[in-house]
Amino acid sequence: MSLLEVKNLRKSFRISDSLGRTTGQLVAVDDLSFSLEKGEILGLVGESGCGKSTTGKLIMQLLKADSGQVFFAGKELSGLSSRQLRSHRKQVQMIFQDPFSSLNPRMTVGAILSEPFVVHKLAPAAQIRNRVIQLMEKVGLSAEHEQRYPHEFSGGQRQRIGIARALAVEPQLIIADEPVSALDLSVQAQIINLLKKLQQDHNLSYLFIAHDLAVIEHVSDRIAVMYLGRIVELTSAEELYRNPRHPYTEALMNAVPTPDPSHPRPVALKGEIPSPITPPSGCHFHPRCPYADDHCRRSAPNLVELGKDHQVACHHHQQVGKYLIREK
Amino acid sequence: MSVPRSSFIRDVVWQRLRHNRMALIGAVIVLIMFVMAAAASLTGLDPAAIDVSQRLLPPSAAHPLGTDDLGRSVLVRMLYGARISLLVGFVAVGISTLIGILFGSLAGYYGGWIDTLIMRFVDIMLCFPTFFLILAVIAFLDPSIWNIMIVIGLTSWMGVARLIRAEFLSLRQRDFVLAAQALGASDGRLIFRHILPNAMSPVLVSATLGVAGAILTESALSFLGIGVQPPTPSWGNMLITGKQTLGSAWWLSVFPGLAILITVLGYNLLGEGIRDALDPRLKE
Repeated sequence: MSLLEVKNLRKSFRISDSLGRTTGQLVAVDDLSFSLEKGEILGLVGESGCGKSTTGKLIMQLLKADSGQVFFAGKELSGLSSRQLRSHRKQVQMIFQDPFSSLNPRMTVGAILSEPFVVHKLAPAAQIRNRVIQLMEKVGLSAEHEQRYPHEFSGGQRQRIGIARALAVEPQLIIADEPVSALDLSVQAQIINLLKKLQQDHNLSYLFIAHDLAVIEHVSDRIAVMYLGRIVELTSAEELYRNPRHPYTEALMNAVPTPDPSHPRPVALKGEIPSPITPPSGCHFHPRCPYADDHCRRSAPNLVELGKDHQVACHHHQQVGKYLIREK
Repeated sequence: MSVPRSSFIRDVVWQRLRHNRMALIGAVIVLIMFVMAAAASLTGLDPAAIDVSQRLLPPSAAHPLGTDDLGRSVLVRMLYGARISLLVGFVAVGISTLIGILFGSLAGYYGGWIDTLIMRFVDIMLCFPTFFLILAVIAFLDPSIWNIMIVIGLTSWMGVARLIRAEFLSLRQRDFVLAAQALGASDGRLIFRHILPNAMSPVLVSATLGVAGAILTESALSFLGIGVQPPTPSWGNMLITGKQTLGSAWWLSVFPGLAILITVLGYNLLGEGIRDALDPRLKE
């Protein structure tokens, strides 16, 4: 049994005008299915606005799905009462993208980190302070930071506070929503190493959301590539790099910068990501795809199994790869 | 490197307030009003002590602001009047702020039909011309100072409710609130520990400006004779007493009138200063 299983998840948002009349809908997540095993790191990658964060919030039950199910350790989450849900929340925690808005500006670090213990009555009042200090040390902060306010910290330190908060309840799964994309490059590596170390120490599972492959490459066991609310390719990290079968994955890999100036510059992906309010017909990717033909404009490909643990949604997956720039 | 402990309020807001001359003037006026109210009993003089032999005396050393038609000291009565104004201002604003926070929080946090219901009620309340509503209510009630405070409070909470609702709508989706929710925090904890403390800045501004409004309303009601009843002195009813003798004894109405003007100005200046100081978009 998988730790997390997502089945046919769909979420749309209503678009309304100033009078409150519905004028359209934005499908943020469409028919999403994947699973995640205990101890595994699943990377979820895609451009801004493709529904990655919405997926994270749906799994966290911070948003209500239109249809589909989320199972955690075999238990369906949408059926939980609000009391059961609050108790369930100990098992799944989230790390947010922006460390400047994810901490309450009017609470000290000590107060922020004791909250999980208070909410779930995890420790007697006299011991909470010790537990908070242990947590802070675990993520590389020192005990003297306890009385400070979030605005006195750098981005990297704030992200450490966010990680400590998520760890406090000893969850099994952590949803890391672009945990390093708001940080300086040098700090990114530190935070990623911290996340990896914590994963090993506590046998955690991560759903690691990112918008570029470079970050996710070293972290993930498996990678799901999302485009406009749908998964277009899902396979192991190794296989994805060796053998991408979706033109979008191929384009993303070409876009990863390399230090070699003689390396051929990638052909930039044509155009912007289309509006999810009026998605293109057929395959959502066809307006930007070098392989697209009439068939792609008419019918949307399903996610098909290519072989062992490699799924792709493309009519032309056999041809994909001819534009891929290989490193020498 | 050791960073001194501080908060946004202490660092930035206080700094900005100190460098805003108008806000400082406002703060001094507000402070003077507090001192006046406190000094009232220190004079040891009875604001209702009638001495007909001393009636309608112009300002002099014995009576710095003159005496009224019953020989009472205008200064002593003004000091006691400051007390009434302060009391009415703060209690009325306290009532309206509490009601506004309650309704605004419920509407902004729960949304849906609760929001619709509360905000339509706010719209209805805003349709009434407040002053005439107060007049009508006071006409039925005994015009005591407590009734006036309650009625002013009950008719001026709508602005606060709208402010709080707007703050809740935006704060509800902020990451730190989502993080607390993901942690399993209850509705009460989310509202009172996470959202409300971050929503209070605009309320502070509107409360400061609201005090000025409440003082003005009380003065107007007392001027019309349905506010604070004589012999209890209030700036409003002193003004109406002076109206009959405006030609011969100007000091009866000029001093209370000035007091009302300056006090309202003081609260407005202070309120606007706080608003500017709290505005994150304004840079040095």
